[in-house]
Amino acid sequence: MSAPNKSFDPKSPASLNAEAVTGMVDSALVAIASATTLEELKEVRLAHVGDRSPLSLANREIGSLPPAAKAEAGQRVGTARGTIKQALDDRTAALEGERDSRVLLEETVDVTMLSRRRRLGSRHPLTTLMERMSDVFIAMGYEIAEGPEIEAEWLNFDSLNIAPDHPARTMQDTFYVGSPESGVVLRTQTSPIQMRAMLTRELPIYVVAPGRVFRTDELDATHTPVFHQIEGLAVDKGITMGHLKGTLDHLASAMFGVGIVTRLRPSYFPFTEPSAEVDLQCFVCRGESIGDPERPCRTCGSEGWIEWGGCGMVNPRVLRAAGVDPDVYSGFAFGMGVERTLMFRHGVTDMHDMVEGDVRFTEAFGLEV
Amino acid sequence: MRVPVSWLRELIDIPESESARDIGERLVRCGFEVEGVEESGAGLSGPLLVGRVISIEELTDFKKPIRWCQVDVGDGAPLGVICGARNFAAGDLVVVAPPGTTLPGGFHITARETYGHTSNGMICSERELGLGDNHDGIIVLAEGSPGDDGAKVMGIGDAVLDIAVTPDRGYALSMRGIAREASIAYGVDLVDPGLTLADLPAPDAQRQPHESGSDALDACALLTLRTIRGFDPSAPTPGWMKSRLTAAGMRPVSLAVDVTNYVMLEVGQPLHAFDETKVAGPVRAGWARPTETLETLDHVVRALHEEDLVIRDDRGPLGLAGTMGGRHSEIDDSTTDIVLEAAWFDPRVVGRMARRHKLSSEASRRFERGVDRTLAPYASARAASLLLEFGGGVYSGMTAVEAAWDRPVIEMAADLAQRTAGCEIPVSESIEALTRAGCEVVSDGDLLRVLPPSWRPDLSDPADCVEEVLRLHGFERIPARLPMAPPGYGRTPIQRLRRVVGMTMAAMGSVEVLNYPFVSLGDHDALRLPLGDLRRRTPRLANPLSEEAPFMRSSLLPGVLAAARRNRGRGLEDIAIWELGRVFFLKDGQSAEGSDDPIRPSVEHRPSDEDFAALEALLPDQPQHLAAVWCGHIEPSGWWGPGRQAEWSDAVDAAFRVIGAAGAEATVVPGVDPAFHPGRTGQLVIAETVIGHAGELHPATCAHFGIAPRSVAFEIDLDALATFASAPVAPVFSTAPVAKEDLALVVLANVAAADVAATLQAAGGDLVEDVRLFDVYEGPQVPAGYRSLAFALRLRAHGRTLTPEEIVGVRAAVIAAAEAAHGATLR
Repeated sequence: MSAPNKSFDPKSPASLNAEAVTGMVDSALVAIASATTLEELKEVRLAHVGDRSPLSLANREIGSLPPAAKAEAGQRVGTARGTIKQALDDRTAALEGERDSRVLLEETVDVTMLSRRRRLGSRHPLTTLMERMSDVFIAMGYEIAEGPEIEAEWLNFDSLNIAPDHPARTMQDTFYVGSPESGVVLRTQTSPIQMRAMLTRELPIYVVAPGRVFRTDELDATHTPVFHQIEGLAVDKGITMGHLKGTLDHLASAMFGVGIVTRLRPSYFPFTEPSAEVDLQCFVCRGESIGDPERPCRTCGSEGWIEWGGCGMVNPRVLRAAGVDPDVYSGFAFGMGVERTLMFRHGVTDMHDMVEGDVRFTEAFGLEV
Repeated sequence: MRVPVSWLRELIDIPESESARDIGERLVRCGFEVEGVEESGAGLSGPLLVGRVISIEELTDFKKPIRWCQVDVGDGAPLGVICGARNFAAGDLVVVAPPGTTLPGGFHITARETYGHTSNGMICSERELGLGDNHDGIIVLAEGSPGDDGAKVMGIGDAVLDIAVTPDRGYALSMRGIAREASIAYGVDLVDPGLTLADLPAPDAQRQPHESGSDALDACALLTLRTIRGFDPSAPTPGWMKSRLTAAGMRPVSLAVDVTNYVMLEVGQPLHAFDETKVAGPVRAGWARPTETLETLDHVVRALHEEDLVIRDDRGPLGLAGTMGGRHSEIDDSTTDIVLEAAWFDPRVVGRMARRHKLSSEASRRFERGVDRTLAPYASARAASLLLEFGGGVYSGMTAVEAAWDRPVIEMAADLAQRTAGCEIPVSESIEALTRAGCEVVSDGDLLRVLPPSWRPDLSDPADCVEEVLRLHGFERIPARLPMAPPGYGRTPIQRLRRVVGMTMAAMGSVEVLNYPFVSLGDHDALRLPLGDLRRRTPRLANPLSEEAPFMRSSLLPGVLAAARRNRGRGLEDIAIWELGRVFFLKDGQSAEGSDDPIRPSVEHRPSDEDFAALEALLPDQPQHLAAVWCGHIEPSGWWGPGRQAEWSDAVDAAFRVIGAAGAEATVVPGVDPAFHPGRTGQLVIAETVIGHAGELHPATCAHFGIAPRSVAFEIDLDALATFASAPVAPVFSTAPVAKEDLALVVLANVAAADVAATLQAAGGDLVEDVRLFDVYEGPQVPAGYRSLAFALRLRAHGRTLTPEEIVGVRAAVIAAAEAAHGATLR
């Protein structure tokens, strides 16, 4: 901008007449429209609205106009500059948009390149299966009971109606801690947790007891000396075998699909009387493979049922050893092998996979089963 | 127990329409596990005939000797058969497959021209009939008539049920017991062979039977001896008996032995036969003396224990009662005078003895599970009659000793079955079920008085009777319903902690393993534990699976590191695994051998608090630990870059995350653990309690366990951590503008960065929101032996903007504090 001047030129400059200004605007708009890059547009801006542009030069002449003409000329130049600026802004936005799109296109990568960089870890399926089964019971109001893995022989055997000479002790080959006479064993079953629950909790008792147990079997495809059981116990007034069946059916439904049921076959366990084996209705074929050689079921061997665990009504002798009056209270208990459940539920064929810690096995099970 | 179905059908009248599998199904519902149904000679079709060889013509014109035999098969003309076997003579009885018969394996018999004759069938060996592997010669039968059904004689086509008998049902280890169960299941009558006394001739008036006695009537409440003299030791065992023994899984030996086994299978009473000429004086039951020895039938000389019950004569022990006989008095192929022992022994005594001598026999299995208290004389009469029938001789009668027997009567509430089942079961049904099981039941108001049969010693409590009733009622008929548990409190804090810790570890990319808790001395050495280390004070197993690893783990690291090695061995290089589990420490005063006089409270009532405490005192400490290891890269290399090896700080960082997930906060201080690198290990400390270690493993530890050098690990005591977990409290935080101040402080290289940070935090007070170490420099810019620690401070006031003067003031104050506490200078 030029400095104001007090004197003015009596001759009106040609650059300020309407025709000239319109011409400047037109040529600017043409130049703006034909600029194809932001760099070209920058030059156009300099050429048409820069200090040395015809319009700027014309603007400087306004000061020399007679006062009467100043306003008109000023307005004419101002309008012209506004028009050009708008055109510049619009073109800038358009060119920037084009540039940005081009840059993003140029940044294209092969998105199929990614192999797994940070893997999700996993929890062991035996851990998550026990948790899942426990959840079913927690939803029914049960609590999770626990106990030590090195256990008093009295709690593991004697108090559960397995006297020192009971033949049932030969069914379970026991690890003795210290010496065979020390009265301390690696628990062979989760049942001592039942006894602990009855000795330490208020009646009524509804607990589920998952845990690690030990027997002196050599590791092979279907045996392991260290394995897991999950056991349930309910002691209350009026507990019946019907309650046991209903509870097992609910567990079966929750774990294997609504409508899957269990069946009980008479059996023998020292700590329950009556005792039964628990069979699970095959959740794959639902029994439809029985007698149909065209559609054999690998999960149940086309038997329709899968051996799952043991159960029964808590033997009154066990209640007495726990100080629970069997004339007032009754109870049921059941237990199943977690490894076995994992095997048929998820198609695990070899026990080695569960104990060797090969991450390829465990990773497949993620965070929950 | 292997049960030939034809034998079962002989004892009870099972409908012909019932197949072996059907019968098996019924028994399953009675509580027997039928592990298999075998059918012998499967694949055989068409007749098999018993034939008598009339004549043999030896054909010698061929490469091997061949016989052209004429065989009488009953009807019509003799069959001419070519046979290559040589173990028979004219007059022998053989099994002939005539043309038209198909043998197992699809071998179709036709009349064919061979060796210059037309052979009309085949004389069969055991293998050809699918009965066994014996192909040394053809079968020569001991008895039969030409034309008899050979399949029946050989027991072919008879199914055998393989039944697993639970330990409470000793009586079912016999045809008698299984037949009783089946008779109940089918509702058909049983003529109980255990309650039928066999006809025997009048005893020999000339000679007395062998004398018997018992010096231990408590453990041997009944001992019977029957004596037969002049028995023919060469008399063969009848074929039907042999085939039944074979089908039941026993090997035929000689008539006398076979008869004792046969009667045991039939009625469940183990029997023992002595050679009377090898016995001196009365045969008595009594306790062994500590110095005595006995060579048992299995040729093992056994030192006897004073709790061993033996059968003895004047010279010493003859056998282990109900377990195994002795070699000295064994019957042999010249025995003519037989003393047949049948007795009742205390199940516990026999069980202990069988375990003590690691000697489980057919007899001990039955006595351990309880033999019918009244059965002995019936069983021995049956055996004696069979011996006399097939081996001749003179019956000299029986001698016996017996203790009085108080038969227990069970009093049960009449409605107990109904209350146990939870559905209607009339008292009349209970009475009927128990009666069918052999009990005598007297109804007395609200009570039933139940006298169990002699063969059911397992029935002793009301609950046992209830099982009997419900078993017959059918478990499947009891309607299912859900009990109403009172509301629970969900998982306990430690149970929730384990779950959140597991999720946290997994989210960090680590994989859970579950290792056996058995470790070796070598594992302790590999962790470089010094001799006095507490982790060497672990419980030891009396009977470990491997003598190599008899100890219970005191650290999860050996298992985790071994699992890392296994993964490495399978070609994985970058490994991140963790384990959560119990470890074991002997308490003060406990020895590795354990107590030699542990408390055994009564099971008749609840143990007293003192007794329960005494039981707990037997046990070691068993805290739950968490351990993890990283080998190789924690961030893998790839097209994105070189990746990053796991280093000590990753282990510390992971431990902090776990501790944070648990709702606690720890600090790390330089720590020493023999398994770890002495300069790159942190102790994890909460409120002055060390809860674990984290850092780089000692090179020797890595080498011992065969994992990558510079692997890093941590181990945390989760039980200890749990005690510090607290519920989160909502923080109070300011939304006023933040002021950021960076300062680099030069300190001696051995000054802990965490200490400097703590000093800055403390000196700045409430205005210091965060202190973060963002750079560490050692080099020419700072004096030797010093390093520069660069901290970023975030300053903020509550509810207002900090003034420039305040910011300058805080900066000056924290620098002054660092100088005073650590000799720090501003760089």
